[in-house]
Amino acid sequence: MLIGAAAGLLLLVNGRIAGVSGIVNCLLHSSGRAVWRIAFLAGLLLSPWALHAYFLGVGVPAPSVDLAPYGWGVLAVVAGFLVGFGGRLANGCTSGHGVCGLARLSWRSLVATLLFMASGFLTVYLVRHVLGGGPW
Amino acid sequence: MVNAFAALVSGIIFGIGLLLSGMSDPQKMLAFLDLAGEWDPSLALVMLSAIGTSRLCFVLAARRGETITGAPIQLPRQTEVDRRLVGGSVVFGVGWGLAGLCPGPAIVGLGLGYGPALVLVPALLGGLWVGGLWLGRGRVTPR
Repeated sequence: MLIGAAAGLLLLVNGRIAGVSGIVNCLLHSSGRAVWRIAFLAGLLLSPWALHAYFLGVGVPAPSVDLAPYGWGVLAVVAGFLVGFGGRLANGCTSGHGVCGLARLSWRSLVATLLFMASGFLTVYLVRHVLGGGPW
Repeated sequence: MVNAFAALVSGIIFGIGLLLSGMSDPQKMLAFLDLAGEWDPSLALVMLSAIGTSRLCFVLAARRGETITGAPIQLPRQTEVDRRLVGGSVVFGVGWGLAGLCPGPAIVGLGLGYGPALVLVPALLGGLWVGGLWLGRGRVTPR
């Protein structure tokens, strides 16, 4: 609900799609450094702090992860690179295609979402049940 | 100014939504993707309600035809399913399945000071950059 409402706010006030990978990508290029993009990312970065301030003392639900002793750094680099590269080629990620795209009933986004979910399912299956591991 | 403020608030709400729903927790995300294990489908409900809520806003925006400040609404115009979209989405899914983090939660993770996100986000920037080079146009034209 909150995620959808946030996307709606950006749409109704700014007329923009809340696609995180697209916003980050535009900031990589000097021509795309608009203030609203920086502000949106600043909001994402500040959100744990804002939540913490709101629930004073309750604490942020931090990721419950103990880092596996082996090569998690390498894995994070590989995963990050694939997410960035794939998101750039597909022109969108979970937020742009998965939330906004499906909400617009975009055929392209439906195809993208089904594909990255399928490949995510398959990757987790291979890592957890064939290789018998998993990062965290 | 209005736009920057709205974007800041939107980012904060978006991030809080990710945090409260558990989308920002890679373990929960991987449990959602683990069909063959102890599958946790709750994030599918989160996605559905996010889509439903923003659907309402898209319908509202389409009816108005412009933003609250009277500016045009800028939506993607591509409708074609091409090899780029297919290949990119499959590669994206592999990375997502490896770490359990997609771009939004990764940036919230940065804000949390969460170790894997600190490593993953610079690599993500690298991936975006290389993807741009791969497409043969290093510069995008922001809409």
